Amino acid sequence: MSAEKEPLFSSKNIKLLTEPLNDSNPITVQVLGICSALAVTVKVKPAFVMAVSVMVVMAVSNVVISLLRKTVPPRIRIIVQLVVIASMVILVDQVLKAFLFDISKQLSVFVGLIITNCIIMGRLEAFALSNKPWQSFLDGIGNAAGYGIILIIVAFFRELLGSGTVWGFKVIPESVYDFGYENNGLMILPPMALIVVGVIIWVQRAKNKKLVESN
Amino acid sequence: MENLVNIFVKSVFIDNMIFAYFLGMCSYLAVSKTVKTSTGLGIAVIFVLGFTVPVDYLIENFLLKEGALTWLSPKFADVDLSFLSFIIFIAIIASMVQLVEMIIEKFSPTLYNSLGIFLPLIAVNCAILGGSLFMQERAYNNIAEATAFGLGSGVGWFLAIVGIAAIREKIRYSNVPDPLKGLGITFIITGLMGIAFMGFMGIKL
Repeated sequence: MSAEKEPLFSSKNIKLLTEPLNDSNPITVQVLGICSALAVTVKVKPAFVMAVSVMVVMAVSNVVISLLRKTVPPRIRIIVQLVVIASMVILVDQVLKAFLFDISKQLSVFVGLIITNCIIMGRLEAFALSNKPWQSFLDGIGNAAGYGIILIIVAFFRELLGSGTVWGFKVIPESVYDFGYENNGLMILPPMALIVVGVIIWVQRAKNKKLVESN
Repeated sequence: MENLVNIFVKSVFIDNMIFAYFLGMCSYLAVSKTVKTSTGLGIAVIFVLGFTVPVDYLIENFLLKEGALTWLSPKFADVDLSFLSFIIFIAIIASMVQLVEMIIEKFSPTLYNSLGIFLPLIAVNCAILGGSLFMQERAYNNIAEATAFGLGSGVGWFLAIVGIAAIREKIRYSNVPDPLKGLGITFIITGLMGIAFMGFMGIKL
């Protein structure tokens, strides 16, 4: 251990946490992990559970791979990564089945699909393989938070407009329905998740000009 | 036989991997810039799904499911290994991808050259693992049904990626608002295609 150790929350480390929230958001900028992101966003609650599960898997596997980075030969690294991720996902799946059975039923195969979630593989490849455990941990938390934020925003709008509730509580008063307001059934169907994400990307890029693509 | 056709058509159009479950979105968005490359990837996905789903079906029914091990000895009747399914499925997929790659290289070098780089990528395509997990969840009756489901999902994925690639080739000449260019418009088009595919939902099979 070197004597002049970096403080745990130096500005560089803080940046690892905050950058994925906006400038390098895993979903809207790096285009990672879309697969599982969209299917679980009909309601806020499962989206939140999914975001937390991904955060746990990602932080732990980032740390493990970062600890192993000097001992794993590069040729077999993909298999090692898959094994680490798959064991973490099995743990998370068993915990969800034991304590949150209803939500685990709603998430169905998408918990298993965290294994092939490109976000996790992508960050392991791009970051954890070449950085120290603490930085990798922060990077994992940061990216999972960036992923979670988009998930929860999408779920918020879909649940609000589609079922008139947020986190299962009714927020649109009965009197509005009396005036002829109807829940928009289309919001619950899968295609609208894509369109909501498209609009989020639009809003984000309109505010943050440097993300605009040339083509 | 009729049943198999039903499962096939259902998994191509109604339970389409991309429009109904968003599986394989990452490579779908990354590789859909031209029709030619996306055709190659689509064919590779059909191959791999058609192989892995039946193999995982056998593994599930003869090794992992509760009571599946009774063919070894009646003592194993209450052994339930299904919690291992994720790790086993992903291992099968990775090795099947390798195997399919070798088979194609041997028998059709031209196809191999056009698929080349996409084959290894498929191991981490969520559509493949998703196919196996849906097969497990829906509990098909026999291996023929599982194969029909695997092939059907592959064909559905192929249709979707070739469709979006054709649209993206054309949309390059359109005047899309700057912040929406690239990723944003692709998402919205996929959503609209999804709504069009929902037209198939009314079909009763």
